[in-house]
Amino acid sequence: MATINELKESMHSGSSEEIVAEYLERIEKSKLNAFITVAKESAINRAREIDSKGEKGMFSGIPIAIKDNISTKGIQTTCASKILSGYVPPYDAHVIERLKEAGAIIIGKTNMDEFAMGTSTETSFYGPTRNPWDMERVPGGSSGGSAAAVAGGEAPFSLGSDTGGSVRCPASFCGIVGLKPTYGVISRYGLISYANSLEQIGSFATCVRDVTMLFDVIAGHDSRDSTSVDRIDTHLDARTYASALVNDVKGLKIGVPEEYFDEGTDKGVENSVRDAINTLEELGAKSQIVMMPHTKYALSAYYIIAMSEASSNLARFDGMRYGLRTEDSDWHTTFSQVRAAGFGDEVKRRIMLGTYALSAGYHDRYYLKALKIRTLIKQDFELAFKDVDVLIAPTMPYPAFKIGEKIDDPISLYLSDVDTVPVNLAGVPSISVPCGFSGGLPIGMQIIGKHFDEAAILRTAFTFEENTDFHNKTPEGM
Amino acid sequence: MYENRDGIMIGLEVHVQLNRLKTKVFCGCTTDYHNDPPNSHVCPVCLGLPGALPVINKKAVEAAIKVGLALNCRVEEHTQFYRKNYYYPDLPKGFQITQYDFPISSGGYIIIEGEDGEHRVGITRAHMEEDPGRLVHEGTIDKSKYTLIDYNRSGMALLEIVSDPDMRSPKEARRYLDKLRNIVEYLDIFDGDLEGALRVDANISIMGGQRAEIKNISSHKGAEKALLFEIVRQKNVIRRGGIVVQETRHFDEAREITLSMRSKEEAHDYRYFPEPDLVPLKISGWAPAIKATLPELPDARRMRFVEEYGITDDHARALTSELKLAIFYEDVAEKADPRTAAVWVCDVLKGELNYRDMTIEAFKKEHMLSIIELLVSKKITEDGAVEIIRALLDKGGSPEEIVKEKSLLKVEGDIVSIAAAEAIKENPGAVADYNSGKEKALNSLVGAVMKKTKGRADARTAREILLGKLR
Amino acid sequence: MITKKDLEHIGWLARLELSDDEKEKYTPKLNSVLDYFNELDEVDTEGVEPTYHVLQLYNVFRDDEPGIGSITQEEALSNAPKKQDEFFKAPRMM
Repeated sequence: MATINELKESMHSGSSEEIVAEYLERIEKSKLNAFITVAKESAINRAREIDSKGEKGMFSGIPIAIKDNISTKGIQTTCASKILSGYVPPYDAHVIERLKEAGAIIIGKTNMDEFAMGTSTETSFYGPTRNPWDMERVPGGSSGGSAAAVAGGEAPFSLGSDTGGSVRCPASFCGIVGLKPTYGVISRYGLISYANSLEQIGSFATCVRDVTMLFDVIAGHDSRDSTSVDRIDTHLDARTYASALVNDVKGLKIGVPEEYFDEGTDKGVENSVRDAINTLEELGAKSQIVMMPHTKYALSAYYIIAMSEASSNLARFDGMRYGLRTEDSDWHTTFSQVRAAGFGDEVKRRIMLGTYALSAGYHDRYYLKALKIRTLIKQDFELAFKDVDVLIAPTMPYPAFKIGEKIDDPISLYLSDVDTVPVNLAGVPSISVPCGFSGGLPIGMQIIGKHFDEAAILRTAFTFEENTDFHNKTPEGM
Repeated sequence: MYENRDGIMIGLEVHVQLNRLKTKVFCGCTTDYHNDPPNSHVCPVCLGLPGALPVINKKAVEAAIKVGLALNCRVEEHTQFYRKNYYYPDLPKGFQITQYDFPISSGGYIIIEGEDGEHRVGITRAHMEEDPGRLVHEGTIDKSKYTLIDYNRSGMALLEIVSDPDMRSPKEARRYLDKLRNIVEYLDIFDGDLEGALRVDANISIMGGQRAEIKNISSHKGAEKALLFEIVRQKNVIRRGGIVVQETRHFDEAREITLSMRSKEEAHDYRYFPEPDLVPLKISGWAPAIKATLPELPDARRMRFVEEYGITDDHARALTSELKLAIFYEDVAEKADPRTAAVWVCDVLKGELNYRDMTIEAFKKEHMLSIIELLVSKKITEDGAVEIIRALLDKGGSPEEIVKEKSLLKVEGDIVSIAAAEAIKENPGAVADYNSGKEKALNSLVGAVMKKTKGRADARTAREILLGKLR
Repeated sequence: MITKKDLEHIGWLARLELSDDEKEKYTPKLNSVLDYFNELDEVDTEGVEPTYHVLQLYNVFRDDEPGIGSITQEEALSNAPKKQDEFFKAPRMM
């Protein structure tokens, strides 16, 4: 599969139009259901324009796939929900503005769990996305479409969002690289909120360099997002994250949180991740066990906070200004019917639980309690990072599961997120990179860093990739 | 000491729109929408489009601090925004960004003219929030078959000023509203003449009972009427042996009554939680600098007027009750006799303006100066001056033109003297009556003089001359 | 423990119309999740401050200057399922 630099190279002899057409053809023939909307016409028109003008941006003429919860002006944006079907935003998200300035071409909007609520991309109103490694299996979620598109050769890179693992999980399940940056590094302006205090836009690609190049373009301060930070990684020599990509981990201190390797972890996953840590040690890193005693409670705390915020964020979908509208009655009834008809089961469950967790009499027991647990989780990370530079753990406790296997049992589905959610509660950066296979399915390990220390995790990931071959494996027929 | 026999306790929640800001509270949309088509001053943020995020307008925070300080509040060390979750068709996000714990200022007071002299009304808190959109109904709210929404107003900065339940009569409530409006106008953050600039919810209980909250009050007079009705209603409930229940009531302005809104809507649970898209503020450090720039407030200006211009307290109070009027007066008083100016601005001009439902902006201060000059130099009579003011308000022009047009120049003493002599000659009956002790007969002689001079004689002068001749 | 009656109240607060079937279906599922959440009761959080914002940010403002974000009336109304004249059209109030 072509990297970004290879595509840029090929543009010297060929054209953007050829590249875009090639990807469009693959999307058309695909059975993955990775896309909700394919922006065929606008993509080709833009490619022609770039070809004729000879634009020389960072990504000029290169197609990108965008998760369908990121606002794109003039291109339908649905969050994979019936309630937003047909909604065409009149504005671009901050990251889309940045990508357009860099010359990237939006090839389409990718499938996802409805409103990013899920771990398998099965809750989409537009049907599940399939895993390129095994069509019977899920691609992970919630950004399953964006990951499957890259793993299946339908886009060279893509954007997702990570609220509790929604970038890292599908990266792991699809055998590609996925980065969730520090909270506040990428503007959320235009990202349709699921759980504001937890989520960040993240990037997918087939290698660490491409993910980093994409990150370089979309990161940075935006005055339209009050939680966007006005600082760049202090560990960076140059002003780009790409400058952190050095093949060297000598002296790097790796923390291994044993809580992330508990009995629910697949043996193949555990062995692959431990092997990967050994590989890094052979390359000069040192590892030690670290204690993160509150990890066990992260899942409940995460879900309570996410559902509470979601119950409020999703209140705006009432059919008045955009989206689905049912037959009019009195306004109470109409609102209730629009929402009943527009949201899927999982979304309704989370709205109801979130409403309950914030309601009088339960606010302190659930919502406030979860936020206090969050403080303890954050302290676990702070303590661990006093001794080590990065933490390494499995991204997911097991490889991709079968479509339909967990969808009827919310708890078992939620339990899949056990290793990814602590990162979001603490707001730290994490990258998932391919590190092995179990039963022919890819396995990802996550490298977690301190706040704003993306440089350390990118360098670790890059070094691992340079010295191993996992990222070069592609699904059969891709 | 005021008795308050019915144990009336009134607290008011006043929503002041910070409509002098250039932009809304959380987005860059402009605030001058009042003459524009609906939904033409909007953006993803104030329309609640998916993915849009709020960012606080710094000037709105400064204005809120200004108000807090002017109401003698404490500006809090730490303040933050919350989401108040509820549904309503005018609310684009399904929640309102407001403040809950940690409001920007609290614990203040203002002094009003109470039932028994100066009365102190506590300010519980003054907090920031966003305005919802505007709903338009076809006919009345209960009969309209559909509802139209205009989001131009959505996201306007509001300050909700909550008082303690310190008012003991509807009259005090009205005085409080007048005073509050007066103060915020002085701060140059608010134009009370714009539609929807100030809205009131009133809480009232009597004899230690439960309180009713009255919504939909849009004027100071309305507040007084709603409260008067509510007191009678609550008294009747108690008289019949009932218990006043805590509830929300809707003020029907046309019928001047309050109506129960008891319905499922009462089952509110706002599920407040801190707005994750906004970060906390630590702005108490701004207070000293803002305090230093606070303009002179109504009470201070009133006292200064009495001291500096030697006018009565009543005049000073009336003149400072509106910022524009106070400025008008002061401009005039600097170039004319302040006491004469107070009489003519306060007693005459203001009355004529009120009668015509006009504001002080309809009158030029140069004209007031000319009129006072004509009066002081005795070129016109007081009646003539009133006539000039009326003509200016009704038809326009200049005082000089009106003097000429209406021949208002005062006639000289000789002519009055001749007219007086003629009047005495022509009215022997009245003269005889006067001489026999009927002093009132003099009035008909004065009337005769005025008639002869077509009203241009000064009545007092005419009287003096007549007395001289009759002695 | 959420009862069917609690669920009705939650459905009202969240403006989600629930059929009888849905009430039957959701009640046990929501309760199983809540049961799971109850594990947090074992954690002693006495004296622990809640973390609302993971970064210690404060005082983020914008200047009171008209922004570039405003959209036209046509754009504003472009996604409205129902509109009348220049307004969004909502159902009746009562």
